[in-house]
Amino acid sequence: MNINATLLAQLIMFALFVWFCMKFVWTPIVAALDARKKQIADGLADAERAKHDLELASKRSAEILREAKEKASDIVASGEKRASEIVEEAKVQARVEGDRIITGAKAEIDQEVFRAREQLRTQVSAIALAGAGKILGREIDAKAHNDLLDKLVAEI
Amino acid sequence: MSSEAHTSAAYIKHHLQNLTYGKLPDGTWGVAHSAEEAKAMGFWALNLDTFIMSLLLGAVIMLLFRSVAKSVVRGTPGGLQNFCEWAIEFIDNSVRGSFTAKNNMVAPLALTIFFWVFSMNLMDLIPIDWVPGLLGLLGVPFFKVVPSTDPNATFGMAIGVFLLVLYYSIKMKGLGGFMGELTLQPFGKWGMPVNLLLEGVNLIAKPLSLALRLFGNMYAGEMIFILIALMGGAWAGLSLGGVTLFGSQILLSLGWAIFHILIVTLQAFIFMTLTVVYLDMAHQEHH
Repeated sequence: MNINATLLAQLIMFALFVWFCMKFVWTPIVAALDARKKQIADGLADAERAKHDLELASKRSAEILREAKEKASDIVASGEKRASEIVEEAKVQARVEGDRIITGAKAEIDQEVFRAREQLRTQVSAIALAGAGKILGREIDAKAHNDLLDKLVAEI
Repeated sequence: MSSEAHTSAAYIKHHLQNLTYGKLPDGTWGVAHSAEEAKAMGFWALNLDTFIMSLLLGAVIMLLFRSVAKSVVRGTPGGLQNFCEWAIEFIDNSVRGSFTAKNNMVAPLALTIFFWVFSMNLMDLIPIDWVPGLLGLLGVPFFKVVPSTDPNATFGMAIGVFLLVLYYSIKMKGLGGFMGELTLQPFGKWGMPVNLLLEGVNLIAKPLSLALRLFGNMYAGEMIFILIALMGGAWAGLSLGGVTLFGSQILLSLGWAIFHILIVTLQAFIFMTLTVVYLDMAHQEHH
């Protein structure tokens, strides 16, 4: 119960403990707490940013998807158009070709007919000559009656 | 009956005597073996029990915190680190609540005060005869386990706080400003002596109230533990009265100890908060 030098000892001890606490306890722990606080704040900010980015990305992906769909339908439409065009073209071409073939065939037929007619005509003239010769009983001078023969052939 | 009263008084006196080291009446240095010897040592003596216990407790607290501070991790903290961080945030919050100026020393000061005072007060919960009894077997005449029941310890801290209050008052307001604060209010410059008296009392009351509040509470608490312990000392054979005394001692000391947990914490908190408030007042410019 006596006041004595213990007072001074306690005073010095108190000062030393406070100094120690300030220098070696408080500063590092508070620094760590602040660092963690910052880390958490950064983490939250990052999460927020990531969320925002995700939103943007999904918006953008939706847009890209929409564009792609549009483009695909455009491509399909133009393909269809082109296909019908090709069909049309083919039709026209086929018609032209058909016409050409028909024309060629007709020409050939005409030619054949003409040739057959010529042949027939020659034969008929020969037969006619032979017939006439027989009928007249004398030989017809082919040279002398050539013009007559030609006229006959032309008549046939 | 008178002999019993004598032993009771001796028991109480024994428990209230510090282990004092100083100059003995025969001129040699040593430990006082009686209250009279301790008193005769005068100022230049050291209460070894107070000194050793407070040093030990303070060192344990500081090393505990230091071990956390050294291995402090930024990521998920472990158990001890969690506790220390909780403690620091608790102190930091109470300091922020009552201290408005900027001073990096106040929060560590508050932390030191709270945990040091708390641990010293907590020694009150050790059954009062254990440590003195054990050391008595080793030939140590006295040992008070609770340093905060020694006015030297509480006044030592309170004077430390008072010096800080004076230092920051002068640093923040200048010597003239501080003197002006002491002499020019509340009655203006014509009431200077009255002002000085009032403000002087106000100033001196700060360390006195700090030291005496803690000392008074802990001393009274310990006194009651001693008185409760005396009931069991009246134990005299297997009589009805003896058993009743013995049982009521157990119940009363249990109750008082549970109640004392509150006082222990509260006194530490009050000491800390008042220190912070006094330092805040030292930083405030008031006109």
